[in-house]
Amino acid sequence: MTSLLELTNVSARYGQVAALHGVSIAVDEGEIVALLGANGAGKTTTLRAVSGTVRRGGDVVFAGKRLGRSGPEATARAGIAHVPEGRGIFSELTVWENLRMGAYMRRGRPDFSTVLAYFPWLESRRNQQAGTLSGGEQQMLALARAFLQRPRLLMLDEPSLGLAPLVTREVFRVVADLNQREGLAVLVVEQNAAIALSTARRAYVLETGAVAVSGTAEELKANDAVRTAYLGY
Amino acid sequence: MQQFFQALMTGLADGAIYASLALALVLIYKATEVINFAQGEMAMFTTYIAWALMTHSHFGHTLSYWPAFLLTLLIAFGFGVGLQRVVIRPLERASVLTVVMATIALLVILNGLAAWIWSPELKFFPSPFPTSTWVIGGVHISKQDTGTFGVTIACVVVLWLFFRFTKLGLAMRAGAVNPGAARLLGVRTSWLLALGWGFAAVLGAVSGMMSAPTNFLSPSMMQATLIFAFAGAVLGGLESPVGAVIGGLGLGVLLSMLGTYVHLVTPELRLPVALLVLLVVLLVKPAGLFGRVVVRRV
Repeated sequence: MTSLLELTNVSARYGQVAALHGVSIAVDEGEIVALLGANGAGKTTTLRAVSGTVRRGGDVVFAGKRLGRSGPEATARAGIAHVPEGRGIFSELTVWENLRMGAYMRRGRPDFSTVLAYFPWLESRRNQQAGTLSGGEQQMLALARAFLQRPRLLMLDEPSLGLAPLVTREVFRVVADLNQREGLAVLVVEQNAAIALSTARRAYVLETGAVAVSGTAEELKANDAVRTAYLGY
Repeated sequence: MQQFFQALMTGLADGAIYASLALALVLIYKATEVINFAQGEMAMFTTYIAWALMTHSHFGHTLSYWPAFLLTLLIAFGFGVGLQRVVIRPLERASVLTVVMATIALLVILNGLAAWIWSPELKFFPSPFPTSTWVIGGVHISKQDTGTFGVTIACVVVLWLFFRFTKLGLAMRAGAVNPGAARLLGVRTSWLLALGWGFAAVLGAVSGMMSAPTNFLSPSMMQATLIFAFAGAVLGGLESPVGAVIGGLGLGVLLSMLGTYVHLVTPELRLPVALLVLLVVLLVKPAGLFGRVVVRRV
């Protein structure tokens, strides 16, 4: 079976500093894959290399087609939704306007009914300025907006960043729901390895810009090195 | 009373001209943090085009005022989009200062080009409004002032409706707030910036065509207006389109009132007073009346 997303030997640099050297990972249709690793290991850069926010070398194949290098607009149009580091909310726009932007690529009136089934509270807050939402609400709004893109793959960058543990759990529950009920494939970058491994089917551990360990979530949880370095027990 | 209303209407008419140019500055500033110093000369250049459409024969006929007005808006739009694509877009990755320098170069080029094509001497530019007045309750209201105010504000309102109610307008606002996130949603932000330049050029053209009947047509006709517009935009907060319109109108009314009631303020002092307003705003309330104080974390 061919993968939905396949990175082969992907490299990226910021100016003179190489951030990725030869990352090869894959995400299959309908699965959740986690990217783990310390700060600066290249997790965020891997997502950015896929969406084209950073210039990359190597091959990225999505749904059987090689992704060009014409920037994030083209990647979005190919069917990948990328919720970036810091969530990328339009803080000065209202909640509803943010959602409408999610459906920007769709023709005609967007259908919000499915998304409101997952995030019913958005309806009552529709005219609130998005910047005044709490961190957890902003993360949920970013998820809802990404879902409205009707992507085949959702890429999430540190959804737990700055959130209370309870809220983090809620965010991952929604991600798992979207995956199970809508068949959405997810590639999630996460510092919190414990919650990522409890949600994901497989994971890759990045170290200094390359894949160090990979396997199913069960295998990684049983791996002593991963356990001491990222799970802390 | 009579004097007050006349000063108010003249002020609103002048202010509307400042307001539309101020709004043009804010449109570009909000999206790119660049002050387009060429905005006034772009307006001047398109006003010359309107004049040429009305006075020179093209394909066997000259146009009357309103067809020429509308055609000029269309040409101005294309002109603005074209300038962004050809001059500004190649500087996408350059610093804001570099882009500002490019707009200053544009200012000089357009000014010289207009003088070269149409000669630098003053030209008469027609007004679509009669010079007569309405008399309402003993107060004379100039049709010229009312018309100028009406046309300019109508253009501003149309633009506001576009930004408020269309998908493209929403995408332009989103792109101004967070261009990176907008691109991730499939928005081609680079083209939206060009569209912004097109709209700014249209607003400038309106401002130029409305001020030309009283200021006359010349290559330097918009230079003072640009400074008034800039003062109005800063008064409103530079980031706020509503602020730019209110700031421009307010400045027009203020100058008109000062000219009417404070005999010290002769026409020669209008520009210094506007710059004084600019300085005071920058010193006392740098965020302007409608701006937000932006706190940047280092």
